[in-house]
This record gives sequence, structure tokens and C-alpha cells, in this order.
Amino acid sequence: MYRIAFVVPAYNEKESIAAVVGDLNTIIKENQLSAEIVVVNDCSTDSTGSILDTLPCIALNLPVNLGIGGAVQTGFKYAFENGFDFAIQIDGDGQHPAGEIPKLIKAQQLNSWNITIGSRFIEKTGFQSSLLRRTGINYFRHLIWLLVRVTVTDSTSGFRLIDRKTLQAVCDYYPDEYPEPEAIILFCKSNLSLGETPVNMRERMGGVSSIGRRASVYYMFKVTLSILFTYIKTSSKKAP
Amino acid sequence: MTKIQAIAIISSLLFLFYIGRLIYKGKLREEYAIMWIICTLVLVLFSFWRSGLETVSALFGVYAPPNMVFIGAIFAILIYLLHLSVVVSRLQEQNKALAQEIALLKQKSDQKNAG
Repeated sequence: MYRIAFVVPAYNEKESIAAVVGDLNTIIKENQLSAEIVVVNDCSTDSTGSILDTLPCIALNLPVNLGIGGAVQTGFKYAFENGFDFAIQIDGDGQHPAGEIPKLIKAQQLNSWNITIGSRFIEKTGFQSSLLRRTGINYFRHLIWLLVRVTVTDSTSGFRLIDRKTLQAVCDYYPDEYPEPEAIILFCKSNLSLGETPVNMRERMGGVSSIGRRASVYYMFKVTLSILFTYIKTSSKKAP
Repeated sequence: MTKIQAIAIISSLLFLFYIGRLIYKGKLREEYAIMWIICTLVLVLFSFWRSGLETVSALFGVYAPPNMVFIGAIFAILIYLLHLSVVVSRLQEQNKALAQEIALLKQKSDQKNAG
């Protein structure tokens, strides 16, 4: 029986976190999974921390705010140290319906990928995000294909299943800010296999996105830069 | 001695004294202090040695001595800022690792206390 850790990064998610944990528990019971819910509270300033104390889950409370990458990595470290076989990253804002988790697990078992990414854009059902975001995601698809010859339709999706080999890799290094597209390059360059499976997503239940409209230009620029640097760094490491 | 020279000497000596005090009180680590001491000593040197600036400028072929000051100062500041960015990046990385370790340990100890 595989042991799975559900890693949920949460920053000021008081409206949604209880529902997210509740849904996950239902899915665990329904599918009789051997799983644990690990919520990483990224030093929330609202009542997320005290809500977590009352919920049936493992709570990792960061003493300072690290941002999404650092928070997710904390959960991955927990999963790796405690001998989990898989980790599934699920956003704390309710965007990733727990009901879609079996799809990820099934796709992984079928293809035995190291990383399985849930994508909104394969079947184009469910919440499709704004036009601006979709344009950005298309751009990343081309950029990633250009560099590592892998097509990822939803590179910004944080809805991912990773296996133990990948867990070990992300414990060593995981990007801080907007980590998802950059991590794909990192995975491909570390010779980890990666695939996507169609899932539905919802609009966030509460809280605010980590990427505002004004920040989106910065986001594109920063992610492009870090993708290129990651590519150069990992390429030159292998050369000698 | 002109008025401006007196002002230059007094202020650069005060600056040197202030840096010494910071090191003495443990507010400035020696590795960063070295750079500051060197810079201040240069300031002190040139405030005493008035014709020194012209001599050094001529040596490097800089036509106007004040330009020499600007080039030197701006270059030194840029290098030092870059150095500080490197230091901050390293601190951030260490800070992240520490925070994660604390969160994991806290969870472990809470679990032990509860169980």
C-alpha cells in the first residue's frame, strides 16, 4: 500500500482551509487511501493557524513567511523525512477539487511517471482562468518546449503528484517565487519523467491570488529569467 | 590650510572614529569593517595630501581631478552593493532552511507531547 502525503500550502486561507481539509479527508476515506494531510501555514496573519489546530491534519507552522515555494518545500521535506512514497500538492484556496485526486493517482499508476501534473487545458473543462493568464501559460508552453522538448499545457498548475525520487530532488532545491514552471525545467533536466492528465479546477473560494494584475508583468519576466538560468545551470553541471 | 580642508579632515576622522566604535560595540563584523576602514583611510589621506588628487589623476591620465573622485567612488559603491546583494541572498537561503527546520521540529515535538 502506497503512502501519500497531501501537501497543502496555506497563506491567509481562513475561508477555505477547513473545507479543503474536510474534502481531502472524505476522499481518503472513500478511496481507502493510506494518506496524511500536511498543511503548511506560511506564517498567515489571519486565523488560519488557529483553525488548523482544530482540523484533523498535520500542521507545519512556519515562523516567517517564505512564499509559496518555500512553503511547499517544507511539506515535501516532511513527506521525504517521514518515508512517504508520493506527495500531492494541493492549493489551500480550494482551486483544486479533492475529487480530482484519483485521476492523478490513476494516471501515475498507468504511466509510472515521476511527476504527474493535473492540467486544465487538455480537455478544456472546468474553470479556465482569465485570458491574460492563459496567454502567459501558452507562452511558457512554447518556452519549455524550446528548451527541453516536452509539452506541458498547464505549466503553472500546482496540482501535482510527485514520487519519492522527485521528493528527494525537491528537498535539495526548490525555487522560491512562482516555482511551478521553473520546477518543470528542473525535473526534465534531472532526467525525471513527467506527464499531464486532464483535471477540472475551480475558481478560488477565498483569499487573494499570489499574482495580482500589476504583478503579472513581473511574473512573466521573473519566471522567464529563472527558467533560463535553471536551464543554463543544470546544463553546465552535466557537461564535465 | 583652507576651510574646506579642515572640514574634510575633521569629517573623515569622525567617520573613522564612528566605524571604530561600531566594531568595538560589536555592531559591525570585521569582515565588512575592513572595506569601510580602507575607504575612510583613503578619505583621510586625500584630505591631508591636497595635491595628491592631482598627482593620482595625472598618473591615470584623467584630465579633471574631480572626475577621478567620481569614477573611483561610484565604482567602489557598485562593487560593494553587489557584494551586499550576494550576502543578502545567502542570508535569505539560510533563513529559509532554518524556518523550515523549525516548522518540522515544532511539529515533531508537539506530536511527542500529545502522544
